[in-house]
Amino acid sequence: MTDPNKKIMKDNTVILHTAALALLPLQLLFSVFLLLRGHDEPGGGFIAGLVGAGAVVLYLFAHGVDATRRIMRFDPRDLLGIGLFLGTVSAFPALLRGEPFLSAQWWIFDLAGTEIKLSTVLVFDIGVYFAVVGTILTVVVSLTEAEE
Amino acid sequence: METLMAYAIGVLFGCAVYMMLRRSIVKLVIGLIILSNAANLLIFAVSGMTRGAPPLIPEGLQLPEGAVADPLPQALVLTAIVIAFGVLAFSVVLIHRAFEVVETDDLDQMKDTDT
Amino acid sequence: MLYAVLSGFVVAALVPWLHWLFRSHIGWVLAVLPASLTVYFASMIPAVSGGEIIFQQWAWFPGMDIHLGFTLDGLSLLFALLISFIGTFVMIYAGGYLKGHPALGRFFVVMLSFMASMLGLVLSDNLIALFVFWELTSITSYLLIGFNHDNEDARKCALQGLFVSVIGGFFLLVGMMLLGIYGGTYSIAELLTDSGDWMSAAPVALIIICVLGGTFTKSAQFPFHFWLPNAMAAPTPVSAYLHSATMVKAGVYLMARLNPAFGEEMLWTLALTGFGAVTMFVGAWLSYTHTDAKKVLAYSTVMALGTLTMLIGIGTHYAMIAFSAFLLGHSLYKGALFMIAGAIDHEAGTKDLSRLGGLRKLMPWTAAAALVAALSLAGVPPLFGFIGKELMLEAALSAGPLQALALTLAVVSAMLTAAIAAVIALKPFYGPRLDTPKKPHEAPLSMLAGPVVLAAVSLLFGLVPGLPETMLVTAAVTAVAGVPLDFYLSLWHGFNLPLLLSAVGLSGGALLFFWWDRSREPLRRLMDRLDRFAPETGYFKALDGIVWLCDWQTRLLQNGKMGNYMIVLVMTTVVVVGYTLAAQHGIRFTLDWQDINFYEMAIVALLMVTAVFATTTRSRLGAVATMGVLGFMVALIFILFSAPDLGITQVLVETLTVILLVLVLFRLPGFARYSTLFEIFRDGFVAVSFGLLMTMLVLATLDARMFEPISSYFIEAAYPEALGRNIVNVILVDFRSLDTLGELFVLGIAALGVYSMLKLRAEKLND
Repeated sequence: MTDPNKKIMKDNTVILHTAALALLPLQLLFSVFLLLRGHDEPGGGFIAGLVGAGAVVLYLFAHGVDATRRIMRFDPRDLLGIGLFLGTVSAFPALLRGEPFLSAQWWIFDLAGTEIKLSTVLVFDIGVYFAVVGTILTVVVSLTEAEE
Repeated sequence: METLMAYAIGVLFGCAVYMMLRRSIVKLVIGLIILSNAANLLIFAVSGMTRGAPPLIPEGLQLPEGAVADPLPQALVLTAIVIAFGVLAFSVVLIHRAFEVVETDDLDQMKDTDT
Repeated sequence: MLYAVLSGFVVAALVPWLHWLFRSHIGWVLAVLPASLTVYFASMIPAVSGGEIIFQQWAWFPGMDIHLGFTLDGLSLLFALLISFIGTFVMIYAGGYLKGHPALGRFFVVMLSFMASMLGLVLSDNLIALFVFWELTSITSYLLIGFNHDNEDARKCALQGLFVSVIGGFFLLVGMMLLGIYGGTYSIAELLTDSGDWMSAAPVALIIICVLGGTFTKSAQFPFHFWLPNAMAAPTPVSAYLHSATMVKAGVYLMARLNPAFGEEMLWTLALTGFGAVTMFVGAWLSYTHTDAKKVLAYSTVMALGTLTMLIGIGTHYAMIAFSAFLLGHSLYKGALFMIAGAIDHEAGTKDLSRLGGLRKLMPWTAAAALVAALSLAGVPPLFGFIGKELMLEAALSAGPLQALALTLAVVSAMLTAAIAAVIALKPFYGPRLDTPKKPHEAPLSMLAGPVVLAAVSLLFGLVPGLPETMLVTAAVTAVAGVPLDFYLSLWHGFNLPLLLSAVGLSGGALLFFWWDRSREPLRRLMDRLDRFAPETGYFKALDGIVWLCDWQTRLLQNGKMGNYMIVLVMTTVVVVGYTLAAQHGIRFTLDWQDINFYEMAIVALLMVTAVFATTTRSRLGAVATMGVLGFMVALIFILFSAPDLGITQVLVETLTVILLVLVLFRLPGFARYSTLFEIFRDGFVAVSFGLLMTMLVLATLDARMFEPISSYFIEAAYPEALGRNIVNVILVDFRSLDTLGELFVLGIAALGVYSMLKLRAEKLND
């Protein structure tokens, strides 16, 4: 630990390597599950975002920055931007209906017997999700890059 | 339970302040972490602590059954936790950059470097 | 009237464009505004001299009783006419004087703003609005004195003028607040009409001192007279306009305006008469000792301001008439004389009177105007200045308890003034031709128009005193005295004491004029010796003192040590909040054991132990690991006490925090111990006090629940209105979503901050 140039990430075991690969999709799926159920059960954008970011960070630790960037396809800063954009956009439909800024709008309909609830609130929560993921990954990715 | 928490919160705040008063910059970071935890617990404790009644509405009902924990401080603390992480990340990186530039971790030495 | 005042600001905003359009003719173009204002105000003369008071009001901050109310009575009209009339010629003059100056546009912007502020000042009926205009004139004056801002002296003098008048302005504001509080209104008219009612209950002496603090500094009364001659660093048009004809009279104006209310107060009478008389003498004396034409005129302005103040203080009917006549006469001849001094300086290259001579043939028009204006200054019949001086001497005869002082000083000042008038009118133009830096020739038309017209008006008003009397002076006197007066102005009052004194003054002045050349050297030596006692020395000492004080307190409070800042902050909180808590609630440390489960106690105990361990451990890794444990304990508490969302969030954030610390902290040095034992005890004390305070705070909060929690609404509305079963989430994304949105942006900014800090470094490394 005394040598500042020593790399922390690459000294991993085969188990971590493989586990991270397997866990990534599962964790991301779980994070989406948390996000969508968030309005009714514990969960929501913040928690889901943290889980999702945690999944990518685990992969990052196991496989390094380049590999992570390759599977992410997005720059984490873009995720942050998408999140802030969705959060802001969700504020406007209310204006179109002449209600105060950010009032929630709901569209509920049946799809093959299941009740589907779409709303600006959901859009907002997805925005929260992306903003949280984007923030954490921006910090962690640029830190690891700075080290390499 | 809240009364016991009062003492725990006092201890956390005391430790946080003590760490932030140290000249070593690394200890400042530890102090910052303790401070944000202490603040979160403070908000949580003073609004009253309830066992086993999360603010959730069961399926099929319009209102929660019986009294539930106060959701508002929980919402406040939830955002506070995430914000505290953002601030921590920022300050940790800032401290790291400062250390790289001025090459000292002594806060009292740092004050002379910008003159 | 609102538009009359605002037009100046509007045109000021258009000046850059006009300057580009009209180039060097801009002075003539801009003079159209004050000229039309003159016509506008002149059209009001019949109504106002008929005793009417025109009042118009626009709401500004109606909730605070602050209005843009404009009154036009005799006094305001006299001032407004002087401002716009002299302003017209000053604009023309400045166009010629500063021809080709690169910052001419800027000059006119400030000049027009000043004119508008000054009009606002003399027309305002509301004290607060008046104060705003008052300060605006201070600021524009500052900008104009420092117009040649690359000259250090000009900057210093500008700052001096600003300091003196702004400190005075502060006193004035206090005085006005007191007037507003005790009088129950900020309207001057209302304050004056029922002055008897509120003044019995008000601290009148304090109000008078505060108001005089403002007016004495603004109108350069002794001992604040020193800033005015220094203000001569400004270009001459500024000196002619601001520092002789208009702005310095703002203080005099306010005193005259408030005179009907305070006129009966002993303090008011004595202070005004005494300080006015002393200022009059000091001004005349200093004016005699100087040779720089602008300094001479500046000190003679100080003399005139002193005279005006003294006349308000004397307060008899004669004094009021003298006040109005003297004010009018002085503005006319002093404006002219300043413009002449500027013209000489402009054409001959020097304004040192001992180095000028024989210019009469080369500058005939200037010489003639100078002669007329100076005769008015000296108070020689048949000029208007003579009427003013006669009335002044007559008033001094009735100066009450200070009669002897006022009369003596008035006569001595009259002698000195006569002498300097002669010096100004004769020295540069007659006698042998002296060499000057420039080859002199007659000034251009733009620079002649002002002096000639103003001097001609002085002569006209002297020959036909009925003209100014019916038009201006009667109404003005009525406004100052508070009651209508019947009188007439004339050159000839018969053989009486004032005439005798006048003659003494003139002959004494002639004597002093002949000694002028010979007295230069001894006077200079005398003044050098007196310098130590001059009020200006005190000003510089005070300034040094302020700088020293700031230096000292900065070293003490802003020493750059974060520890000190934190100790100050924390201990202040401890003392202030602790005292309040102890006083309101008492110091009680309670602990309710019944309510606590065994495992909860264990969790809390572990929480405290980890925190203490983190502060005492010397291992960095240990501290980071402890932070993890601490975070998980907090998460457990959240989960046990019905906050599943918080618990989950806390666990996840804790994981990420540890990762972050591992990534960064281990590239920093380990835990170093820099503190001495004393520092450890001191910080320990601070930490323990703060911890105790927070415990007390939580306990006190638990005891006292002052309001019903507002969350019952959120609980009830969560499903019916927001269709969500997780109430915490509903609050976050629906009820309080704007807060959350703001928070997201904070997060984003933090992330971008981290990113840019690291990226910038990477680019630096690549270089």
